[in-house]
Amino acid sequence: MATFKRFSVRRRRVCKFCAEKITYIDYKDGKLLGYFIPERGKIIPRRISGVCSTHQRQLSTAIKRARHLAILPFVSD
Amino acid sequence: MVRTYEVVFVAVPTLTNEELDAFVAQMQGVVEGRAGKVVRIDSWGKKSLAYRIDKHREGYYVILTLEADGAIIAELERRFRVTDSIIRFLSVRMDEDLKRSEKLKAARRRKTARSAASKAAAAAGEAQEATP
Repeated sequence: MATFKRFSVRRRRVCKFCAEKITYIDYKDGKLLGYFIPERGKIIPRRISGVCSTHQRQLSTAIKRARHLAILPFVSD
Repeated sequence: MVRTYEVVFVAVPTLTNEELDAFVAQMQGVVEGRAGKVVRIDSWGKKSLAYRIDKHREGYYVILTLEADGAIIAELERRFRVTDSIIRFLSVRMDEDLKRSEKLKAARRRKTARSAASKAAAAAGEAQEATP
């Protein structure tokens, strides 16, 4: 029962970037990247967000660039 | 070797608009003086930083899109480093990413065109069979 509940909350979806046909993840788009950064400031793992491996790699590079430019935080709490 | 670059820099919020404009014009001069091309200048204006940098909580964001070679980028970065009012900068080479992005978009267009064409052909074939 508990397993079922957890599964329904964190269900695997199709990759957001593939679904929206985004071919380049822009590091300047703080709003989009912020979606993959919870309160703590860490990058959400693929197994939870459902992002495909190609896009996860691009996403992590974009997030790291954005952090350098203070568009996104390194840590926040 | 001319490549497309995107250069972003963050200036201190204490700068006046005139000083910032003068600095941007100076950087533009650097690029154009070395046979580079400034394709686009984007200014976000004053934006709050995600964390404090040298006690600053805000910064002016300016994004330059250039067609230039590596030497120009090196010179720009050197100038950013010696200028105290620049607190952050980042240069990204864009041409390969743009090429990849265009390629994927073209492939997608071809695919949709092909499926549309095959559907049309199937419909035409059915119509032909029905006529005699």
